[in-house]
Amino acid sequence: MNPGIIGSFKDCSRICGQSFFLWFPALALCGIMIGMKYHKDILEVIFYARGGQGAKSAAEILAQSALKEGKFVQSFPSFGPERSGAPTKTYLRISNREIRTHEPVVDPDIAVVLDETLLESEPVTQGLDKNEAIIVNTEMTAQEVKNILRFDGKVYPTAANRISMDIVGQPRPNTVILGKLVQVTEMVKLESVLEEFRNIFEAKVGKEITDKNIAAIEKAYDLI
Amino acid sequence: MAIKNNDNRKALTGGAAIAEALRQIGPDVMPVYPITPQTPIIETYAKFVADGEADTEMIEVESEHSAISAAVGASAAGARTVTATSSQGLALMHEILYIASGMRLPILMPVAARALASPINIHGDHSDVMGARDAGWIQLFAENPQEAYDKTIIGMRLAEAAKLPVMVIIDGFNTSHSVENLEMLDGKAVKKFVGEYKAEKSLLDVANPVTFGSFALQDTFFEFKIEQEKAMAEALDQYRKIAKEYAAISGREYSLFEKYATKDADKILVMAGSAAGTTKDAIDELRAKGKKVGLIEIELFRPFPRKELLKALSGAKEIIVMDRAQSIGSNPPFYTEIVSAMHDSKKTGCDIRSFIYGIGGRDLFKSQIIDLVNGKIKGKYLN
Repeated sequence: MNPGIIGSFKDCSRICGQSFFLWFPALALCGIMIGMKYHKDILEVIFYARGGQGAKSAAEILAQSALKEGKFVQSFPSFGPERSGAPTKTYLRISNREIRTHEPVVDPDIAVVLDETLLESEPVTQGLDKNEAIIVNTEMTAQEVKNILRFDGKVYPTAANRISMDIVGQPRPNTVILGKLVQVTEMVKLESVLEEFRNIFEAKVGKEITDKNIAAIEKAYDLI
Repeated sequence: MAIKNNDNRKALTGGAAIAEALRQIGPDVMPVYPITPQTPIIETYAKFVADGEADTEMIEVESEHSAISAAVGASAAGARTVTATSSQGLALMHEILYIASGMRLPILMPVAARALASPINIHGDHSDVMGARDAGWIQLFAENPQEAYDKTIIGMRLAEAAKLPVMVIIDGFNTSHSVENLEMLDGKAVKKFVGEYKAEKSLLDVANPVTFGSFALQDTFFEFKIEQEKAMAEALDQYRKIAKEYAAISGREYSLFEKYATKDADKILVMAGSAAGTTKDAIDELRAKGKKVGLIEIELFRPFPRKELLKALSGAKEIIVMDRAQSIGSNPPFYTEIVSAMHDSKKTGCDIRSFIYGIGGRDLFKSQIIDLVNGKIKGKYLN
């Protein structure tokens, strides 16, 4: 991801995030700001994971958070055979204007890899240039990941499994890694994600586990 | 501080959007049998019933043949009846589809359109619904979850007005499983729009006994079928009228088909379903480079709005028809319809080209549509 787009997207969410409708002129400006770099005003993400890791849920949490901030969203899995453990791709688009396309994401701004064993088997850097970024759930260093991928863009290693084990007591990297993704892109506000997580999960898993998960997302968000 | 947003703004899959629309309609009876990628519709609906948010009588049956058979029985008994299916399920229903339409039963059936085996494939294309295009059902295509929601509500009214069964068609996976923005209506507004359903004649009305689907031989059968065709033709204006009423409560206007950038277009693409969204983006790019290209998105396929479509296509020098289904041994369905309509009008001097895309869930990219318009695709397949 180009620093420009991160900057613009940050500015954008600051200016327009909460008051989408009140700040329409500012919104139009954001569109132009993002558009200048990429000729589009849409942020596109691909999640690489294994079936059962919850990439689809993670993308949907972001989609619901962005919706609440007044944005347009689209999230869909790459429709391969769905079985536990098989490599999966999930696409996410967040935009300031209506999303009409139904093509898979071909030119992502950022990729998220939930399982490091996919680094060598899946084309996880496809469509990413040296100004774009990849977030990987791993204990490796950025340089080690770069060596495997032969990728000269930005690499953000995030030990999402460990953070999740330490805080939640279960390996749930999918939601933890959202903290890092939000930190890097500021595609939505962290509070929106946490609120959405609570909305979706508190009734299912109880307050204690929800609080722990939220703490884990915050921890990933605070990683340098 | 929590953002005060309109609570009716949602991000839902097409399947969930249809389930929400059904919840707001509140049908009396819903016989169901699961099949990918339709399952999210009935699964979500079953949850509404379990949670007490809907009081529909759900009937779990042992096959799609039974699901549509139970729907026929319920509808003939005077109940507002819906079911949903896809692919092999629709194929298994085939026999009963004709019985539903022949009995003039206003059953609403969302279909998540999907390929037909063999080989086995669970992904989206229009083979299943095209196989049912002559079954006497109204067929209404939706592009995205918003349209899926809207057309489910419109479809219920249309079925009851036309006394014909209605399929609301979404693309399997592309729409059924894609989370997108939509705006729902207020529950009360939907209830008011669809109104209370009272069947004109029903099996349970013992004071006025009737029979459905009885024997009709050489002396009457033909007339029944002519009546059915008339009812289908009338459904066109009924759809227009109902869509207009819907626009008044929703602000979203639907017509027989959608025209996108067609006014001064030399080239017009014709297609239905989720690919139309991708195509609109492609058209914007082509327009920015001075290409005079537009899109006609088919919404109502049965009845087919021949006259109106011809008018909309009259300015085009080239028409590119994109089908997501084959008619193996002949030309694909949309293409055949357009060519036949053109022949009726004696319109000449216009090139009509046929392309087949997206079979078995094959992705369609914006770049392919741009190449197609620029004459760079050889052959008839976007594969």
